[in-house]
Amino acid sequence: MGPFLETLIGGLMSGMLYSLVALGFVLIFKASGVFNFAQGAMVLFAALAMARFAEWFPALLGFDNKVLANVLAFVAAMAVMVAVAWLIERLVLSKLVNQEGITLLMATLGVTYFLDGFGQTLFGSEIYKIDIGLPKDPMFLFDKVFEGGLLVNKEDLYAAVIAAALVIALSAFFQYTSTGRALRAVADDHQAAQSIGIPLNRIWVIVWAVAGFVALVAGMIWGSKLGVQFSLSLVALKALPVVILGGLTSVPGAIIGGLVIGVGEKLSEVFIGPMLGGGIEIWFGYVLVLFVLLVRPQGLFGEKIIDRV
Amino acid sequence: MAEHSNPSTPERGSNKVILDVNNISLSFGGVKALTDISFNVREHEIRAIIGPNGAGKSSMLNCINGVYTPQQGSITFRGQTFSHMSPRQVAEMGVARTFQNLALFKGMNVIDNIMSGRNLKMKSNLFLQALRIGPAAREEAEHREFVEHIIDFLEIQAFRKTPVGRLPYGLQKRVDLGRALAMEPSVLLLDEPMAGMNVEEKQDMCRFVLEVNEEFATTIVLIEHDMSVVMDISDRVVVLDYGKKIGDGTPDEVRQNPEVISAYLGTSH
Amino acid sequence: MLYRENGQFKTSYAADQQIFPIAQDRIGILLLVAFAIVGVPLLADEYLFRAILIPFLILSLAAIGLNILVGYCGQISLGTGAFMAVGAYAAYNFFVRVDGMPVIVAILLGGVCSTLAGVVFGIPSLRIKGLYLAVATLAAQFFFDWAFLRINWFTNNSSSGTVSVADLSLFGIKIDGPLGKYYFCLGFVLVFALLAKNLVRGHIGREWMAMRDMDVAASVIGIRPVYAKLSAFAVSSFIVGVAGALWGFVHLGSWEPAAFNIDRSFQLLFMVIIGGLGSIMGSFFGAAFISVLPIFLSLVLPALGNLFGVTIGTALIAHTELMVFGGLIVFFLIVEPHGLARLWSIGKEKMRLWPFPH
Repeated sequence: MGPFLETLIGGLMSGMLYSLVALGFVLIFKASGVFNFAQGAMVLFAALAMARFAEWFPALLGFDNKVLANVLAFVAAMAVMVAVAWLIERLVLSKLVNQEGITLLMATLGVTYFLDGFGQTLFGSEIYKIDIGLPKDPMFLFDKVFEGGLLVNKEDLYAAVIAAALVIALSAFFQYTSTGRALRAVADDHQAAQSIGIPLNRIWVIVWAVAGFVALVAGMIWGSKLGVQFSLSLVALKALPVVILGGLTSVPGAIIGGLVIGVGEKLSEVFIGPMLGGGIEIWFGYVLVLFVLLVRPQGLFGEKIIDRV
Repeated sequence: MAEHSNPSTPERGSNKVILDVNNISLSFGGVKALTDISFNVREHEIRAIIGPNGAGKSSMLNCINGVYTPQQGSITFRGQTFSHMSPRQVAEMGVARTFQNLALFKGMNVIDNIMSGRNLKMKSNLFLQALRIGPAAREEAEHREFVEHIIDFLEIQAFRKTPVGRLPYGLQKRVDLGRALAMEPSVLLLDEPMAGMNVEEKQDMCRFVLEVNEEFATTIVLIEHDMSVVMDISDRVVVLDYGKKIGDGTPDEVRQNPEVISAYLGTSH
Repeated sequence: MLYRENGQFKTSYAADQQIFPIAQDRIGILLLVAFAIVGVPLLADEYLFRAILIPFLILSLAAIGLNILVGYCGQISLGTGAFMAVGAYAAYNFFVRVDGMPVIVAILLGGVCSTLAGVVFGIPSLRIKGLYLAVATLAAQFFFDWAFLRINWFTNNSSSGTVSVADLSLFGIKIDGPLGKYYFCLGFVLVFALLAKNLVRGHIGREWMAMRDMDVAASVIGIRPVYAKLSAFAVSSFIVGVAGALWGFVHLGSWEPAAFNIDRSFQLLFMVIIGGLGSIMGSFFGAAFISVLPIFLSLVLPALGNLFGVTIGTALIAHTELMVFGGLIVFFLIVEPHGLARLWSIGKEKMRLWPFPH
């Protein structure tokens, strides 16, 4: 029982981290109908910016305080992400208004490659550290009930809490603010939203900037865990099944999807993995989603698509 | 508009029923699109379905086609009754249709669009097609010849290699009709074939519809908003309003039906 | 009018339906093929064969396969690398485990296995569309990535995870050395390009395009979505599988699963987009573009750098490659979503009218 619960908790927390990345996808899709393949590249770009700024600012400005360095780096990285959002809107999105979803998907694929190359050109391609003070030591819970207690990683726990807070804040934003409503209108139909006076360009910059913010937070947390390196952009590929499982337009769906995939991956790796030779984590999420889609083609919480003739 | 023989002459009135719609009810979630619709269509006649917008006319055609499955009711075609059919089965039984919003294959040119209507009749398998020998090559040439007859009939020869997306709306409507004709249907369902056309284009389209009906003996079920067209060329008319049938008979009978008049002109409900 | 095309009247439908109805195009293609068979071997050196021509040929073949699925039938697939892997590993197993198996048969059997995999992973397309289908195809990619890494039977229990083939021969003639390999690949490409072109201009091709453009109308005409979609997956996977087997056998010689990873899938997708969706010729353009670009950059960038007194290292060249790829994808999608093939036909139209503007 003990190992099972440990794996379960570990899965829940890693699932929360997936949700964080998935949230970026859902935000952009909800607001602009664009499936942003570049979300992973944005996570990497943001993390690189933060890591390098945290190094450069103390050296440039001559101070030693780590907290100050981190705060300045965060602000600077956020500014960079806003600039990236603005550029993507200007150069890519505004030229592809009302094109089919597939075209926009391919365009974000192009943006992915571009950001990957550009980020490494600007910030370098080695492994960098982000240290925001998350405690890395393990905790042992419930050691009265289970012998030795359940091993829980403190860093993961903090990350999960931060992710949860962000998710709740964003859900509220979409549901209860007028900007949130405008975003949902835009996701439904670009031209219709434009025709009632919603400023498409500004909305898109806002959305991509918010997604950039989410990417930055995700990048910070993942970067603190794994170090900032190129493989971070592959985290997006891990988050895709989460997005699809939850349905592309549902913020709660992203959470539930993340938890399901996180737990499923860990449990399957521990209990089924040894029978199949191990390493099944890389495809478990995808195959699970495949079967779910066969039953519900729109994901667990997505909207049903009706074809009209 | 064109002259047409008196619909109440015995020859047409006594043709046997080719299509029978029995008590069809269709709903989408909470919205009832069709409620208990029944009417029949006689062979070789031109049957119009009219009604205000949203009356359920296109949904009716979609039910006949197998695109929508009605919750209740059945359709009898040449004596065989079905409650549910796939579009392919309907096509194989000889029913073709055009679409209100065209639904042409924008990525192909006119010839290929109309050739796609010949699809059911082209039988050669993948390997023969890949090698393009023998039966496959012959098929392509034979069906191309048939398609060229249709192109001649519809007077669109000059546009045969043009991608359909580049054609003006009126010509696209003709290609849509051509694709349906390519199936050599015994029943042709036309969904607002004259929508968005000017007077000349409507005259052309009427001429085509009448020729198809007279020369190829095709039964025609026609949704149309232009009352003069409907009154002139149809043999019998069905009137729908809010998914219910409110009139059924010859154009003259329907024109004098008080319910139909109030549906179109509006009365205080 | 650079050359006159008018005045060529056809007296039979078969003549009108040929692949190249205009005489100048026919002559042009024949000259090109002749050049490929005779001219190139005279002019090219070993480096050109190994680094550009052979990869170009094999990737064109894979691009043709992918184009059939994505460009003609409109089914997005992000897992092409996996199907290349299936073709390569299946061909390897047939070649190595069956005594006296001829290379061509092994490669074709690899294609057949890829067809089966393609049909199985194509079944979701019957229910799932668009973006959701794209993600579903990634399941194939990651599953096969894992399978060929972890299931030892596929690699003939190789301890290093790498497999290799050697001693390829065709009817007794050894296929080694760049020229032999070039002709081997050229043969496959010419045959398959012709077969593919015949399929897309036949009625199955129209079925595919109908499914892509308007699937509800297609079903009303009597097209069965199941048959159309699965046949597209089948044909596409067969061609891609053969290309994968060629890639492993002829180009790489020895390989591991990473040769067919998700980067390969994206690379092929880029080729098809840049070259032109729904165009056999476009597949060649896209493959040529993507094959040549890295070499072009690695030559031009250092030279540019020297102009400005900056040394440009290999890492920077690799990063620039990513940026240029990404930028070009976006550029083509905005400016000409139908790719180089469309630019080519627009160019020819302008040539017909030149020197008149319209």
